[in-house]
Amino acid sequence: MGTITGNSASTLEPSAVDAAASTKRATPQHPSHDLPDEPLVIIQPSKTWAAFSFRELWEYRGLLYFLVWRDLKVRYKQTALGMAWVVLQPLLTTVVFTLFLGRVVGVRVEGTPYPLFVFAGMLPWTFFMGAVSSSSNSLVGNAHLITKVYFPRALIPIAAVAARLPDFAISFIILVGLGFYYRAAWGWNILMLPVCIVLVMLLALAIGMATSALNVKYRDVGVMIPLLLQLWMFASPVVYPVSMVPQGWRRLYALNPLVGIIEGFRVSVLGGDFDWAALAVSALITLALFVYAAFSFRRMETHFADIV
Amino acid sequence: MKPIIRAENLSKQYRIGAARDASDTLREALAETLRSPFKGLRARRNADLKIWALRNINFEVMPGEVVGIIGHNGAGKSTLFKILARVTEPTGGRAELYGKVSSLLEVGTGFHPELTGRENVFLNGSILGMSRGEILRKFDEIVAFAEIEKFLDTPVKRYSSGMYMRLAFAVAAHLEPEILLVDEVLAVGDAAFQKKCLGKLGDAAREGRTVLFISHNMTAIQSMCKRVLWLSNGEIVEEAEPGSVVSDYLRAGAIVSTERIWNEIGTAPGNKKVRLHRACVRPVGGSPTDDMTIQTPLVLEFDYWNLEPGAHLSLSVHVYSEQGIVAFETFPVREPVWHGKPFPVGLFRSACYIPGGLLNDGVHRIALFLVKDQAQVLFTLNDAITFNVLDSVERRGNWHGKCTGVVRPDLEWETERLDEEAAPTLS
Repeated sequence: MGTITGNSASTLEPSAVDAAASTKRATPQHPSHDLPDEPLVIIQPSKTWAAFSFRELWEYRGLLYFLVWRDLKVRYKQTALGMAWVVLQPLLTTVVFTLFLGRVVGVRVEGTPYPLFVFAGMLPWTFFMGAVSSSSNSLVGNAHLITKVYFPRALIPIAAVAARLPDFAISFIILVGLGFYYRAAWGWNILMLPVCIVLVMLLALAIGMATSALNVKYRDVGVMIPLLLQLWMFASPVVYPVSMVPQGWRRLYALNPLVGIIEGFRVSVLGGDFDWAALAVSALITLALFVYAAFSFRRMETHFADIV
Repeated sequence: MKPIIRAENLSKQYRIGAARDASDTLREALAETLRSPFKGLRARRNADLKIWALRNINFEVMPGEVVGIIGHNGAGKSTLFKILARVTEPTGGRAELYGKVSSLLEVGTGFHPELTGRENVFLNGSILGMSRGEILRKFDEIVAFAEIEKFLDTPVKRYSSGMYMRLAFAVAAHLEPEILLVDEVLAVGDAAFQKKCLGKLGDAAREGRTVLFISHNMTAIQSMCKRVLWLSNGEIVEEAEPGSVVSDYLRAGAIVSTERIWNEIGTAPGNKKVRLHRACVRPVGGSPTDDMTIQTPLVLEFDYWNLEPGAHLSLSVHVYSEQGIVAFETFPVREPVWHGKPFPVGLFRSACYIPGGLLNDGVHRIALFLVKDQAQVLFTLNDAITFNVLDSVERRGNWHGKCTGVVRPDLEWETERLDEEAAPTLS
C-alpha cells in the first residue's frame, strides 16, 4: 500500500486506518456498545444443500497463508537435506524408471529422450500424489484445530494442496534445465501449460477434499489412499506413452482425468500435438468431480468436530 | 439496550452409538448396506442411542456483561461454548451473535511443536482470528507477557510446560474480540501467572468486552461474574446473581451427612493409635436430623477410641464454609478435664459448641484431626461431617440477597446522633 504514493485513494487509506486505530486505543474504557443492527453471525442448523461461500474463504485467506507456511516449514524440519528433497524426490524416481523401464524393459518413446519424458510426466504426477496424500489426511491431522476453533474447514485440504505448489515450481526449474540439456523443442504449446496446471490442481483438490472428509468418519480411507495412488500412477501415462495402451482400451483409459492432463502437460513443455478430445474429457470430469467434492464436503463439514 | 448474544431454544443432540462404534469402518458400513440396501443411512442411525447435550437453552447476554457458567461435568457447558464458537452445529434452535467471538476453548490451539516460539505466535494468532498486522503490532507485548524473550527462536517442543502454556495464553490474552469465551484456562501455570491471567480477564471485562466464563472455581466465578448460569443435564437450572446460584449449586451437589457411626473397631477410620467411633453435628438439645439455622447453637461430637496408653490426645477441627474456604479452626485448649493429661486406653467423647449467630448459611464441611502432644497429627478425616446451615428470617431485616463472607457473626451495632445541626461548620 505504501509504495503507491501518487494515487490519492491509496494515500487516504492508511491514514484512515491509523485514525481508527488510534481512537480505539485512546478510549479503551468506554467502548461503544453500538451493536450492529443485523447479527454478525447466526448460528442454526445448516441447510443440507449449500455450496461453498467463496467470500468467506477469501476473508480467511490470511489463515490459508499461515497454514501453507506451517506445512512448508514443518515438512523439512529436522531433515539433513532439507529443501534438497524437493529436487531429489522426482529426480531419483526418474533415474529409477529410466534404468528399469528405459533400459531393462525397453519402453520406447518417439522423439523424446526417455529421462526427459519420464521427468515431464513425473512432475505433475508427484504434485498430484503429494497433494492428494497430504490433503486426504489433513482434516484428521488437524483435528485439534477443528474441535477448537471456527474457520471454513475447506481451508485445511486447500492448504495441503497449496503447500505442494512450491515443490512443483522448483521441480519445474529442473525440468527447464533438463529441457535445455536434451535440446527439447520449446514452442507455443507452452501456452496450454497454465490450463494443465489449474486442472491438475483442481483434480487434486477435488480428490483431496472428498477423501479428507470421508477419512474423518472412515479411517480406512487414509489407509487405502497410498495403495490407490500407486495403482493410479500405472493407470496414467507417467512412465509410458499413451501410444503403448492398446487401441481398444483407449476410450476407457481416457476416462481417467489424469490421462488428458499429464499428456497435455508433457506436450505443453516438450512439444508435439495435443489430444484435444482427451484434454476436454479430462477437464469435464475434473470440473464435475470438483463440484461434487465441494458440495459433499460442505454437507459433511458440519459434523467434523463431532466425529473426528 | 440490545443483547449481544441471544440464544433461542438452542439444542444439541449427540449420538452415543456405543453399540455402533464398530460400524465406523467402511467395511461394516458397506456390509450393512449390502445386507439391507433399501434402509437408508438415516433410518439406521435412528436406532442409535441419542442424548441431548443441550436442550432448549434460552438466554441473553448484554454487551459488557461477564457471565459465569457452572455445572457438573457433562452438564453441557462445553457443548454450549462449542456451538457459540461455531465449532459444532446445533441440532435445533438458533443463536444470534452481534459481535466477533473468540474462544479460549483450549489455549495453545494450533501450536506446532517443531516451530519456534516466534513462528507459533504468528500461526496461533492467525488461527485464533488475528490478522497479520494485528499480530505484528502486538508481538512485543505478547512476548513480554509470556516472559519468554530468550527462547523466541527455540522450537516450542523444547519449552518447559510452563513456558509453553504462558506463551499460549499470552497470544490468546491479546485477542480483541467483542465476545470472549473462556473455559477453565485459569488452571494454567504458577500462582503469579494465574494472577496475571485473572487480571487480563478483568481488563477484558473493564474494557467492555462481553465474557462468558466456564469454571469450577467458585471463588473466581463469584469474584468475576455479575450473573451465573447453572447448567445441568443440558438445561438451565438457575440463572441469577452469583451468590445465590453458586450456593444452590453447591448445596445440590453436596451430600449432607450429619451423623456417622463406625461400630467395628477394626475397620473404623484411624490407625493403631486411635480409631474414630462416631462423628455428629446436632442442635444443642436436639438430634442430628433436626434443622439447623444460622441462629441455632450447634454441638459437634466426636467419639474415639484411644489405643495407646498414656498418650496426650487432642483434636483439631477445621470448619469449611460453602466456598470451600476454612472458616475457622478450633481445638480444646480450654477444655477443663482432660486437656494436657495422659489418656488411658478407652472410648472418649469430645464435644465442641458452636454458638448461634456465627456460621453463614450454606453447606459446611468438617475436617477432623486427631493430634498427639499438640504437635503430631495421628489421623485426619477430611469430610468427617457435612451439614447444611439454613438461613433464618429473623436476622435479615428487609435485605433478601445473599450475605457474603465465610462467617456471619451476629454483631452488636450502635448508631447515635452526634449533633442536631446538619453541617454547622460549612457556613
